[in-house]
Amino acid sequence: MNALTVTGLCKSFGGLHVTTDVNLNVEPGERRLIIGPNGAGKTTLFNLITGELTPDSGSIQLFGRDITRVASRRRAHLGMARTYQIITLFARDTILHNVTLALLGLSPARWNPLIDLRRQGHFVEHAQAALERVGLGHIANRPLAQTSYGERRRVEIAMALTQNPKVLLLDEPFAGLSIDERRDVQQLLLDIPRDVTIVMIEHNMDVALEFAERITLLHFGEVIVEGNRAEVVADSRTREVYLGH
Amino acid sequence: MTIRFFTLIAAFAALVTVPYWMPGIYYVNVSSQILFYAIFALGLNVLVGYAGLVSLGHAGLFGVTAYATGYMLQLGFGHPAAILIALVISLIAMAIFAALSLRSTGIGFIMITLALGEILWGLAYRWISLTGGDNGLSLKTRPEPFGYSLSDVNTFYYATLVVFLLSLAAMAVFVRSPLGAALMGTRDQPRRMNALGYHVWAIRFYACLFSGLLTAVSAILFVYYTQFISPQTLALTSSAEVLLMVISGGPGTLLGPIVGATLVVAVKTVVSGFIERWNFLLGAIFVAIVILMPEGLVPGTVRLWRLAWRKRAPGTTPVPGGAEAKP
Repeated sequence: MNALTVTGLCKSFGGLHVTTDVNLNVEPGERRLIIGPNGAGKTTLFNLITGELTPDSGSIQLFGRDITRVASRRRAHLGMARTYQIITLFARDTILHNVTLALLGLSPARWNPLIDLRRQGHFVEHAQAALERVGLGHIANRPLAQTSYGERRRVEIAMALTQNPKVLLLDEPFAGLSIDERRDVQQLLLDIPRDVTIVMIEHNMDVALEFAERITLLHFGEVIVEGNRAEVVADSRTREVYLGH
Repeated sequence: MTIRFFTLIAAFAALVTVPYWMPGIYYVNVSSQILFYAIFALGLNVLVGYAGLVSLGHAGLFGVTAYATGYMLQLGFGHPAAILIALVISLIAMAIFAALSLRSTGIGFIMITLALGEILWGLAYRWISLTGGDNGLSLKTRPEPFGYSLSDVNTFYYATLVVFLLSLAAMAVFVRSPLGAALMGTRDQPRRMNALGYHVWAIRFYACLFSGLLTAVSAILFVYYTQFISPQTLALTSSAEVLLMVISGGPGTLLGPIVGATLVVAVKTVVSGFIERWNFLLGAIFVAIVILMPEGLVPGTVRLWRLAWRKRAPGTTPVPGGAEAKP
């Protein structure tokens, strides 16, 4: 059974076909890279998979279960987590609170109006542990507004990881990072255990190629090439539309 | 921390002893007004400050409760029954209100709540068989809980104080709770909250109900205080006034709405006795707040206090660029 199966997925905005008959089969534990030029429909594909957009046709299955009509918040409960290309965090709060919100999102306690959240030891401990994992444990109580861009990228990843996802969707996790920060994030991603399936959009080929086992090339909303690392890189169409040499 | 603690103790002591140090009955009555308007502002702050949803129709809900109480008393119900039925009607009204206006956020939400508030105002004005139209409804008596007659000015003040402190405690618990944290999350990043597994709409809906409950509680105190309710209470200006209390005091803070309510009620009732153009004065104060402390009186004062403290404290150099600069 596949971790993630996308069948015949289509989406248009008016006359613009952003996703055209896309098929994806991602096996459990796989590291899948999605590449493509700007405007190829990569982020739209993510938004369809996570349910933030509704497809015009086609279906999405998570471990054999059809989730095409499942509300996007429910998909988080079914084991799907994502990060955003444009950092989407809670700027008024501390790093720890950001991660706590991620933990709380899957807990029934999120409806509780009576207990004091900061006194819930297990949330604080879990959030702290998630931050240690991404190397931010020492600044857990720093307000997010006082963190660097690279640290925020890692907070994004910590929030996704702390939800223990089965399928993790990373939208350009290396965007805007310095070489050192990139190396840190790369190590962080390599350390994620194999029971997490990862689908990643990334432009930065040297870090991304090393990470990915299979690669899907999107162009104008269609899957043009799919295969393992060597196949895709060697394919003439990849050179034509993406690598440009 | 200790400064804060002593300030709160002092404020509490001052509130409890109001009938002993206020110069007269009139001022005790003004204090009661400040307290129930503060509850109203606390209720609106749930939406404006913590949910990021600006409502311009809350006076309509306030009016629904007040009319419901008055009408139930006219039908011959006792005070406890009338209050209970009014609360239930108010929550149903708020649920409908929320279901209609939560289809949207931002400007859309403001416009829908404004329209709903105006509809309620129009109903109060035109549904004469129920509301008495322009003449309004009068309440003949005030309740006598546990044998204490609320007709007495001081007793009414203490009853209001108790309800006020309970409301404030409820707010304090709510904003620290997981649901409170979730609500603030939906204010700042609704899309992210949805992706994290939160039901954004339902969280906002519950926030509306909580806001509606506090509004209803304040409206019951109001209608027993004035013993009269007319369509004027539901007018857009009343909604705007409460919104100004929240914004001037500091939206999204516990104490802000209370400070705002104190400011508005004090200027409206006390200062208006000395200055004929009190509206002008109130407007000038709001302009000054918006220019000098756009975040509201409470957060603004805290900011200035910290700034002054940092400058005075030895060993710590002022950060160039002011308090907002990163270390």
